[in-house]
Amino acid sequence: MSDKFQTRASLDEARALWKNAYDNQTRKIIVCGGTGCVAGGSLNIYDTLKKLMEKNGINVAVTLEHEPHGEEVGLKKSGCHGFCEMGPLVRIEPQGWLYTKVKVDDCKEILEKTVLEGEYIDRLGYSAAGVLYKKQEEIPFYKQQNRVVLEHCGRIDADSIEEYIAIGGYASLEKALFDMKEEEIIEEIKKSILRGRGGGGFPTGKKWEQVRRAKGDQKYVVCNGDEGDPGAFMDRSIMEGDPHRMLEGMIIAGIAVGATEGYIYVRAEYPLAVKRLQKAIIEAERIGILGDDILGSGKSFRIHIAKGAGAFVCGEGSALTASIEGKRGFPRVKPPRTTEHGLFDSPTVLNNVETFATVSQIIGKGADWYLSIGTANSPGTKAFALTGNITNTGLIEVPMGTTLRKIIFDIGGGMRGDGEFKAVQIGGPSGACLTKEHLDLPLDFDNLKSIGAMIGSGGLVVMDSHTCMVEVARFFMHFTQNESCGKCVPCREGTKRMLEILERIVAGNGQEGDIELLEELSDTISHTALCGLGKSAPNPVVSTIKNFRSEYEAHIRDKRCPAGQCQKLKRIYIDPLTCKGCSACSRKCPVNAISGKIKEPFHIDLEKCIRCGSCISTCKFGAVKEA
Amino acid sequence: MPEPFDYSVVDAALEKCGCKQSAIIAILQTIQEHYHYLPEEAFPYLSKKLEMSEARIFSVATFYENFSLEKKGKYVIKFCDGTACHVRGSVPILERVRSELGVTEKKKTTDDQLFTIETVSCLGACGLAPVMTVNDVVHPAMTPDKAMEVIYSLKVKEESK
Repeated sequence: MSDKFQTRASLDEARALWKNAYDNQTRKIIVCGGTGCVAGGSLNIYDTLKKLMEKNGINVAVTLEHEPHGEEVGLKKSGCHGFCEMGPLVRIEPQGWLYTKVKVDDCKEILEKTVLEGEYIDRLGYSAAGVLYKKQEEIPFYKQQNRVVLEHCGRIDADSIEEYIAIGGYASLEKALFDMKEEEIIEEIKKSILRGRGGGGFPTGKKWEQVRRAKGDQKYVVCNGDEGDPGAFMDRSIMEGDPHRMLEGMIIAGIAVGATEGYIYVRAEYPLAVKRLQKAIIEAERIGILGDDILGSGKSFRIHIAKGAGAFVCGEGSALTASIEGKRGFPRVKPPRTTEHGLFDSPTVLNNVETFATVSQIIGKGADWYLSIGTANSPGTKAFALTGNITNTGLIEVPMGTTLRKIIFDIGGGMRGDGEFKAVQIGGPSGACLTKEHLDLPLDFDNLKSIGAMIGSGGLVVMDSHTCMVEVARFFMHFTQNESCGKCVPCREGTKRMLEILERIVAGNGQEGDIELLEELSDTISHTALCGLGKSAPNPVVSTIKNFRSEYEAHIRDKRCPAGQCQKLKRIYIDPLTCKGCSACSRKCPVNAISGKIKEPFHIDLEKCIRCGSCISTCKFGAVKEA
Repeated sequence: MPEPFDYSVVDAALEKCGCKQSAIIAILQTIQEHYHYLPEEAFPYLSKKLEMSEARIFSVATFYENFSLEKKGKYVIKFCDGTACHVRGSVPILERVRSELGVTEKKKTTDDQLFTIETVSCLGACGLAPVMTVNDVVHPAMTPDKAMEVIYSLKVKEESK
């Protein structure tokens, strides 16, 4: 067929054909091709299934065929299903079954039983509390979610523009191009109260309006895919699983504000996302969705990919644009805002991946539909990455206003192991920890702000009673200190001093007054640092002191770690009943802290002991213990 | 006399990314993809071609974590030290690997130039925590023993060559 669609009608025509093909391809095996499942070997599963099916004379369709004969079985590589804990995942259609923890060795049985006979394989199913859940939608992890942005992730072939179009993709773009004026697009986004999903929660429509009104011949649309928060992978999953939806949002933004160039800034740590986006851009250019005179509308838009090089600070707007320009990723003083002086000093729309991925549905289904989900001031849904000491790790999407209790205990399946729920870190190194008392707080932008936390990009790291909160604060401070770009003094020097204090506390050398000193430094840094990252750097310390002050005090005054995690605060003792008096430990001890008579129980001098643990690994009888 | 430096890789990078200052990060990335580090010979050459000072190129190369000015081992092993991996015990794994291979936070590469041990802040594979990558291939749900097993099998493979 001719490559480029010149008109709206020609795209609609093709969509009808592809939709027909898509609908007729009822039998499908969808293998998860997200980073998580790929690491678990899902690509081998895909290849093995393909070979086995071909060998058995089954008509395998890896792409959409224009003239389906209804005989074929579709074999697809999708984006992340979200249930990473149980990966590699394989979905069987039309039944909607979900097979979990699939191995290459299982492929033969899947072919023989499921593909050929239509039988369900019990042992590959997901079961919890003695109940077997055959269908994906019935699994509690999925049942409680509301997938809007992630709707296609795990359902369609992430690499296929045809499939995206078949299920209605790029129809919102058509609407924006031909049925709406630029102002109307912005009005619709403003009406929907879509707030930036990157953390700040700034109204997207307002941002677009500012860029539209700003003076400048060249304007830019930039997508922030520099998801640097440790413990967050929502944006990665969208870029990998539904790249076209994000591109569609960016093109619509470009039309609305009058920009013709777009950039996607992706972390280099996400090689699969880069690959899928590159392919998506090439495909979109091939059929005339990107490039000059899109669908004969006279409008042009191009998208380039800029790969990050490992700097957390580049998630900050002005640092990100500096990095695209080929400079060090330094933030600058604002105002002027990015909307006036952004990329190459031109007016720039800068939104994150999830925000752009939401746009096409708001344009397609209208602002009122969007307002019907979530809470009044924070409508819509939010994707969260659920990780840490929780049973079901993975990617989830829930309406704004969902409580933490529902997320952790209903969707997340509760705590992993024997630990009790202690806290959850929300918003990564810029965020704060929420505790038991916040379990019933509806999560949205404003509620979280009111308790000094932020949604951030949406990482939820769950921690149990075995996690030391002082150590968590130290961990985040180490991260921020390491990633501080060094431009402003409060962040560069302040975080360093805070880290030193935290390090000495967890090492058992804390002093009276350390907590107050940390509080004072936090206050100074959050008021004087140059950029948002510096300003929010003390947040984890402030919130752990606020919620777990007694843990800090135990470390400083009693030289004790209540969670039993801090190595340097562990007390090592020799159990006199088990000790054989062989002297192996005392010979190994680097500081001669262990003494005793041969064949009698030995003893550790705690004043001398440096808690290195070498005696523990030396003892053959397990007599050296930690308390 | 050392062998003269072959600039063809640098030229190819300039060709691919465009000979302009704003493309410097992409150019350095392309060069590093080939050498696994940035050879110092590349800097004066790029400076001339891009008409920007060597100092500025150097400032970019040292700012970003991913660029290395030192030669790396054949296998670059990265341990994720993101929050999720940290909570699930990534530190003991890293400590064990470092002590068994005789490397430290400062001295990252083994003497036989086989392994480089690095940490990386969050690979976004939190569902599989703790993870490590060997030349960008993700190994999920690591323990100190499992990590050493992977490393030893690579060692055996190299020795049998």
